[in-house]
Amino acid sequence: MTLVWLIAIPFVGGVAAWVAGRYREGAARWVALASSAAGLALALETWRRFPVGPMPGGGERWLLQLDAAWMPRFGIGFQLALDGLSLLLIVLTMFIAVVSVAASWSEIRQRAPLFHFVLLWVVAGITGIFLAMDLFLFFFFWEATLLPVYLLIAIWGHEKRHYAAIRFFVFTQAAGLVMLVSILALARLHLEQVGVPSFAYQDLLAVEVPARAGFWIMLGFFLGFAVKLPAVPFHTWLPDAHTEAPTAGSVILAALLLKTGGYGLIRFALPLFPDASAAFAPVAMTLGVISILYGALVALAQTDLKRLVAYTSVAHLGFVLLGVYAWNEAALQGVVMQMIAHGLSTGGLFVLVGLLYERVHTRDLARLGGLWSVVPRMAAVAFVLAMASLGLPGLGNFVAEFLVLVGTFQVSVPLAAIAALGAVFAVVYALRIAQRTFHGPLQEAWTIPDLNRRELALMIVLIAGLVWLGLAPQALLDAAAPALEWLQAPQPATLAIAVGGSG
Amino acid sequence: MTADGFVALSPLLVAIAAALAAPLLISARRRHGLAAGTAVIGLLAGTAVIPFAATVVPIQVTPLLIIDGFALFVFGLVFLASALVALLMHGYLARRELARKEEAYILLLLAAIGAAVLAASSHFASFFLGLETLSVSLYALVAYTRSRPVSIEAGIKYLILAAATSAVLLLGMAYVYAELGVMGFAELGAALDQGAGGPLALVGFVLMLVAVGFKLALVPFHMWVADVYQGAPAPVAGFLATVSKGGVVAVTLRLLVEQETYRATAFVTGLATMALLSIVVGNLLALLQPNLKRMLAFSSVAHMGYLLVALLASGPSAAEAVSFYLVAYSVTTLGAFGVIGSLVREGGEESESIEQLRGLFWRRPALAAVMTACLASLAGIPLTVGFIGKFAVLSAGVDASHWLLVGTMIVGSVVGIVYYLRVVAVMLREPSDAPASGDVSAGATSGAKAGANTLGSSVPASSGVGLALLAALLLVLGVFPTPVQEWIATAVGSLF
Repeated sequence: MTLVWLIAIPFVGGVAAWVAGRYREGAARWVALASSAAGLALALETWRRFPVGPMPGGGERWLLQLDAAWMPRFGIGFQLALDGLSLLLIVLTMFIAVVSVAASWSEIRQRAPLFHFVLLWVVAGITGIFLAMDLFLFFFFWEATLLPVYLLIAIWGHEKRHYAAIRFFVFTQAAGLVMLVSILALARLHLEQVGVPSFAYQDLLAVEVPARAGFWIMLGFFLGFAVKLPAVPFHTWLPDAHTEAPTAGSVILAALLLKTGGYGLIRFALPLFPDASAAFAPVAMTLGVISILYGALVALAQTDLKRLVAYTSVAHLGFVLLGVYAWNEAALQGVVMQMIAHGLSTGGLFVLVGLLYERVHTRDLARLGGLWSVVPRMAAVAFVLAMASLGLPGLGNFVAEFLVLVGTFQVSVPLAAIAALGAVFAVVYALRIAQRTFHGPLQEAWTIPDLNRRELALMIVLIAGLVWLGLAPQALLDAAAPALEWLQAPQPATLAIAVGGSG
Repeated sequence: MTADGFVALSPLLVAIAAALAAPLLISARRRHGLAAGTAVIGLLAGTAVIPFAATVVPIQVTPLLIIDGFALFVFGLVFLASALVALLMHGYLARRELARKEEAYILLLLAAIGAAVLAASSHFASFFLGLETLSVSLYALVAYTRSRPVSIEAGIKYLILAAATSAVLLLGMAYVYAELGVMGFAELGAALDQGAGGPLALVGFVLMLVAVGFKLALVPFHMWVADVYQGAPAPVAGFLATVSKGGVVAVTLRLLVEQETYRATAFVTGLATMALLSIVVGNLLALLQPNLKRMLAFSSVAHMGYLLVALLASGPSAAEAVSFYLVAYSVTTLGAFGVIGSLVREGGEESESIEQLRGLFWRRPALAAVMTACLASLAGIPLTVGFIGKFAVLSAGVDASHWLLVGTMIVGSVVGIVYYLRVVAVMLREPSDAPASGDVSAGATSGAKAGANTLGSSVPASSGVGLALLAALLLVLGVFPTPVQEWIATAVGSLF
């Protein structure tokens, strides 16, 4: 039941916030905060119960699972399951939910009840993505997050919000439909080989995929996830969506929604199609390296602070793509670490940009500068977050990128070397954030308040998380290790052998 | 006809009784609510006796009608949808100055009976009879709001179109009969199985296909659809898009299943081409439409194209997909037209331009929410029934390896997202937002302002109930489609 609660708490909390907000505007915030905090507490409690999962060969794969009938005619079940990978991402999800509610406390003044409903609806949907072990259900949650994210951007966003929101929707929906066709094609193979329809993850793992068809089916999955990730050249929706979204929207997009792409690759694209993916790995890894370099270089050219941060996401998620397709223990650990650390560091940067924008109403780097003397606390926080973003040792992103590079090195030395170059660019763009905003001469006579107590507490929590990841990553690595082992283990092809043995 | 025959026909008989009772009641007492109530109760009673009829099916009642699980399923769909249309129609007419509103419900009942007969027909004669009963009632319904010139124009256009279609259909039937010498579907299938299908029969089938294409507004026979939807009162447009097409789809499915082994290449290629063109052209035309009703009309062209993708896949699971898609599409489209019908402007005009919905979210949140749910369902987004429907159709297409059609459907759906979301975006804008320069014409702006005054008036209870039911169905079937899927599975099983 824990698994259902993890999805239900944010969703019901969102509805409750909406209803409560109809009576008292301010109540919506508190209800939303309480429910996201409850979700976080449950996720952490689950982590405390299962710090390390069972390794392959030793019993049960899932820490928790739930299997209920849904549409039996089509072999579709309401199947949820949790392993270390899902658990970590759900902890991140709930944490970011709390951060998003807190970050919107004073930013969202219009239609706050509806805002919190929509926000928590996204959170529930993303939790569902991380838990679903039936591919139909997975797709259901995958698409169910689109409409609320669209609303977040289109209602509470900035000037070009409608354009950005539609663009986001069209890109992800197009890729999603291609993925749906792939899911259907895979399910059809299962039906042909086993004789009963099924969309269950475990059943589909056992499908024997013919090489030629397998490549195309794999490509559909890859496309679905690569657009969400996003990998160059599918990233064009991202800068607009991030820039035009309200702070909470940007945080959710960067910290969570992009992670669903990485998660999908790890959970589905590679284990379901090991052969096709191995053949495709050089292309995917090259795309990853291109994303790292391209994202960093384009970030350098930005004059809009929020757009700059958005492009750094492309670079950071390039490491995810690179690491996933390196497909060894070190790289995968790095990927998980990167997804969490990027969630905190970039999420934090978006919050900071939002707080700054609330005060100065501009994100133009030419108009900012020298703010250290005006808002020293904010400047200090920005500096730490920028350091995290460039991968300074001692903070989470360093561990992550280091592990990814180690893993990639085992597979391809040139790609690892070029990707390491990206780290150099990262130094430049990160310093640019700190330099152009807070250092140098004051461009305009800003008189703005520094971070208040709520905002400071929020930033300290985020930074503490990054430091913890950087100095003591072991707890996280322990939790992820068994899940990653399972994913890499050769899949039990029992069904396929039983039925396909004759042919 | 045996007693069992009467039992099997009971849903139809109940509806016919209501259609006969309604004029008598009206002549005794002319009250709008009474007439609408008679129609709703008659249709619901017709639905309620379906389980009773289900005890004796499948049964051939006279050579003309076959009552099997599938026929009963379509009866249920047609009657429930028509009852909802009656509710929406009541709300629609209640807020308009119009003499003699009551006869609309007689016409509605007759049209529903026509659609039901279509679904149960197993013979060319009943096919034609059903189609005519449906069409003749619809001429009058489309032109019912006589004070609006567009309504009259739409009625005449529909009349000409339907008459031409009937002529083509009859000619096609005559060719087939000339070649094969039979008119019953089963005999037809048997004759074709024995290889009797010569060139004359093929010409006949293609002509019938053209007639079906006209009725379903498939490209290239779609040119009438936008004008008629725009002119027809919104609930009637909803009826045209759902019940009327549903009946035609049902009979087409029956006819196709009977000649499963025949499937002449020319015939299948024709259908596939029509599907492809409908998806592409329908979506593109909808994309270019500033008028909401016309946009929905063209989007319905595209949706019928999606339906054909499943229809072409053949086999029981494809027929299930067709049936479920029909349910999903009916619920969704009725909801969308219901919302349009609930937005009255001064002089009883409808809010047709998308721009007139500006800020609807903040002025009429409930109506805007229903509209958004309907648009999401049309776009096939989860939590709505449209998603399950699209999933079923895509699944059928993939199982049949019709990759070109599946690919086209994906591209079409993505284009669809753009124009459906555009409507949502307009509803989300601030009511006070000054339109960006060049965004809309001054006329549209003043229209929006005029609309702002009258859109605020409350929706009558009848259409409010209708919309609430449709919205609930849309969401419940989007999450728990299993009961309907199971019913469809048994119903469709009777076809094969």
